[in-house]
Amino acid sequence: MLRPVATFLHGRNAFYVSLLLLPPLLWLGTVYLASLFALLTQSFYAIDEFTARIVPEFTLKTYGQLFTQPANVDIVLRTVFMAIAVTAAAAVVAFPLANYMARHAGPKMKALCYVGVMLPMWTSYLVKVYAWRLILAKQGIASWAMTSLGLGGALDTLLATPVVGGPSLASSYIGMFIVFVYMWLPFMILPLAAALERVPGSLLQASADLGARPGQTFRNVVLPLALPGLAAGSVFTFSLTLGDYIIPSVVGAPGYFIGMMVYQQQGTAGNMPLAAAFSVVPIVLIAVYLALAKRLGAFDAL
Amino acid sequence: MRSRRDWSRASLGQRLAAAAGLVFLHAPVWVIVLYAFTTEDRTYQFPPPGLTLHWFEVAFARSDMWAAMRLSLLVALAATALALVLGTLAAFALARREFAGKESITLLFVLPIALPGIITGLALLAGMRTIGLEPGFWTIVAGHATFCLVIVYNNVVARLRRMPASWVEASMDLGADGFQTFRYVLLPQVASALLAGGMLAFALSFDEIIVTLFTAGHQQTLPIWFYGELFRPRERPITNVVAVVVILVTLVPILLAYYLTRTDEKGDT
Amino acid sequence: MTHAIELEDVSRAFGAVLALDHVSLGILPGEFFALLGPSGSGKTTCLRLIAGFDHPDSGRVLLDGEEVTDVPPYDRNLNTVFQDYALFPHMTVAENVAYGLRVRGVAAAEQRRRAAGMLDLVRLGSYGDRRPAQLSGGQRQRVALARALINQPKVLLLDEPLGALDLKLREEMQVELKSLQQRLGITFVFVTHDQGEALSMADRVAVFSHGRIEQLDTPRGLYTRPRTAFVANFVGSANVVAAQAAERLTGRRESFAIRPELIDLLADDAVPAAGLIWCSGKLEDILYHGASSRCHVRLDAGTVLAVARPESGSASHVPPRGSSVRIAWRPESMVLLESG
Repeated sequence: MLRPVATFLHGRNAFYVSLLLLPPLLWLGTVYLASLFALLTQSFYAIDEFTARIVPEFTLKTYGQLFTQPANVDIVLRTVFMAIAVTAAAAVVAFPLANYMARHAGPKMKALCYVGVMLPMWTSYLVKVYAWRLILAKQGIASWAMTSLGLGGALDTLLATPVVGGPSLASSYIGMFIVFVYMWLPFMILPLAAALERVPGSLLQASADLGARPGQTFRNVVLPLALPGLAAGSVFTFSLTLGDYIIPSVVGAPGYFIGMMVYQQQGTAGNMPLAAAFSVVPIVLIAVYLALAKRLGAFDAL
Repeated sequence: MRSRRDWSRASLGQRLAAAAGLVFLHAPVWVIVLYAFTTEDRTYQFPPPGLTLHWFEVAFARSDMWAAMRLSLLVALAATALALVLGTLAAFALARREFAGKESITLLFVLPIALPGIITGLALLAGMRTIGLEPGFWTIVAGHATFCLVIVYNNVVARLRRMPASWVEASMDLGADGFQTFRYVLLPQVASALLAGGMLAFALSFDEIIVTLFTAGHQQTLPIWFYGELFRPRERPITNVVAVVVILVTLVPILLAYYLTRTDEKGDT
Repeated sequence: MTHAIELEDVSRAFGAVLALDHVSLGILPGEFFALLGPSGSGKTTCLRLIAGFDHPDSGRVLLDGEEVTDVPPYDRNLNTVFQDYALFPHMTVAENVAYGLRVRGVAAAEQRRRAAGMLDLVRLGSYGDRRPAQLSGGQRQRVALARALINQPKVLLLDEPLGALDLKLREEMQVELKSLQQRLGITFVFVTHDQGEALSMADRVAVFSHGRIEQLDTPRGLYTRPRTAFVANFVGSANVVAAQAAERLTGRRESFAIRPELIDLLADDAVPAAGLIWCSGKLEDILYHGASSRCHVRLDAGTVLAVARPESGSASHVPPRGSSVRIAWRPESMVLLESG
């Protein structure tokens, strides 16, 4: 019944593929690409100071605003620093678990670990942020745990640190930092574990056979080979931190981050061009980071 | 396949460190579950002074919560349906064929999930403003479908790539044309991948907040409702209860999807 | 007689690689035909063109005299047994076998009946309800056979059918396939890189190399009268003597091939019989092969020839390595080779 159609399509490969690709491409093209383009266009507009309306003329004024006003530059720098700090910390924290999963866990244990990492990863984002707010609150679990362990004084000193400290963990950069690391940890663990698993055991044995101590084997053999996994994981942690606007507003100090700025500017401030310009910053930074990560082999590790 | 002695025993320190990592990952979620039963409603006091089921009653009495839940479910269903269709079409087109521009097209599919949510959200908002579209149910669905597409695509493509090309040829050789081959050979094979991808997409859509805040306008999905409640000092434990519900609703599809993909890989001849 | 299958001047390239280079061949009805060659020689591409899984860049494919170049595989009256058997894992063995009937809309009861009959034919009658994953390699191959034969095709194509089987099973299947073909009376075309297989099963063999047919002949013809150096070396082993060296031995500047078992190893002082061509050399190497030994003799002229000596009672004394020997052969044993 449909056979003539099938036979028609049979020899015409290119036509068939184009037919299949048309709906999804059309969708992505109109819904997504066009929107991205609209965003980019907005960043080249500016707000008229007097009427508070968007003037649809090409101008670099908004970008100028972005890069010259010290408050704005602060925001960008603050976000970038946090992203870098989070990435570094996540790499360190993720390593023991990833290493165990890849090299030392038996088959059953390994499956269990994978589920153990995936479950929190897929648990609701908001729930997790909220959970940390509870934990880091003034009388929450974190302070209870610290005081029970007799580290109450240490916690106070920590909170008294300028810039990163605050009235409580829940309203300090340290708290925000902890939450960021927690949220993106699974994204670092999985690629890292995958990369570590690909290191053949025979290499480690050869290194030991040639006289290297475990520390040396780690530095000279494991670490370089795990680098693509680290790079892949860092792409996630870096870009996710760079663009996040909810975590800084729920947990953390009053200082603004790029994401929050974007959200506020397009909302209450009604300054879509500035919001758009701010959002271009992460795009550019991420593109640069991706290029760097690609060099380190991140894409082969994904 | 790992042979029996492919892995070595870890030192105690290594095992402790790994366990610590796992505990760190899981503890916060369990904290929430615990707090859903606390009797204290003003602070986040720990340990909780008492345990009760009272807040479950109160939470389920909140009609705005139910409205938000209903909206989230409908959005997730619609977005998943769209994502299933579009993602599957894309997967079949790109699974095995090589052609000029394939890498760029694959990049395009990954972009909605690769770029931070705020950019996707803002872009969609900018797009809507440009054409004068009012945010509402369908704008939320459209946003979700755009990145849920990739989830389905990944699952189906992975399944298709594991399928030997000879199966399709054998089917045609025996007299089945393209449509019959799809119906009798391909569809049964990708069914589990479709299911897994669909469930992951559902969970992703149900939980989505970052992009949805931009595309929802005045509508409240459950995460948006939840976000609003975060700063309300009264009835704090209600948020905990809803959090527990959300965990359960998203956990079930995730686990099912995981098991589906695992049995898939094992069942391949 | 109309050919069952005919390829007319067919070419197929994949990018820069020319898989088939203006190939023509004709396969007769009821023949057991082999496409033989090393990997990359074009034999599999040839089979796929016949089956319809691929389309030639130029040339025509004909089945029973009718052109089918543009006809999809499901409309061609032939069936294929795949190298990896390609059994559908989500169907039972019986469902697999009945597939060809199912897609043609045959009634379910009839499907079951004929599938059962087919399974009996390949001696797997009680396996209908199992899944392919539960069968051994040899059993799966028989299911693939049954599945391919259910539509009663005029031609059966087999892509390296015995490659995945171990030696014992392979020999058994060779006999089975041959008798099956004779019973059914249909044309069998199979692809193989194993020249022993091709020689033992086929009525005629086409030897492929680099996208061309080097020789199309009966097995005996290929072995005793190879036309090119490639065929001489690929089908059985042969000594191929280049034209220049040949001149010193025979007086004629023509490259020839000679089978090791057609050369006699003689003692250094032995006098060869009249009419034989002979020369002297040193015994460089002896490789014991059980039923025979392979002796490598380096001639005074420099060429090394391999001589096969049967290890039967009377001829058991082999001169030690390094000793001088003479070798002799009959002029008719030499096969002149085409250049190139």
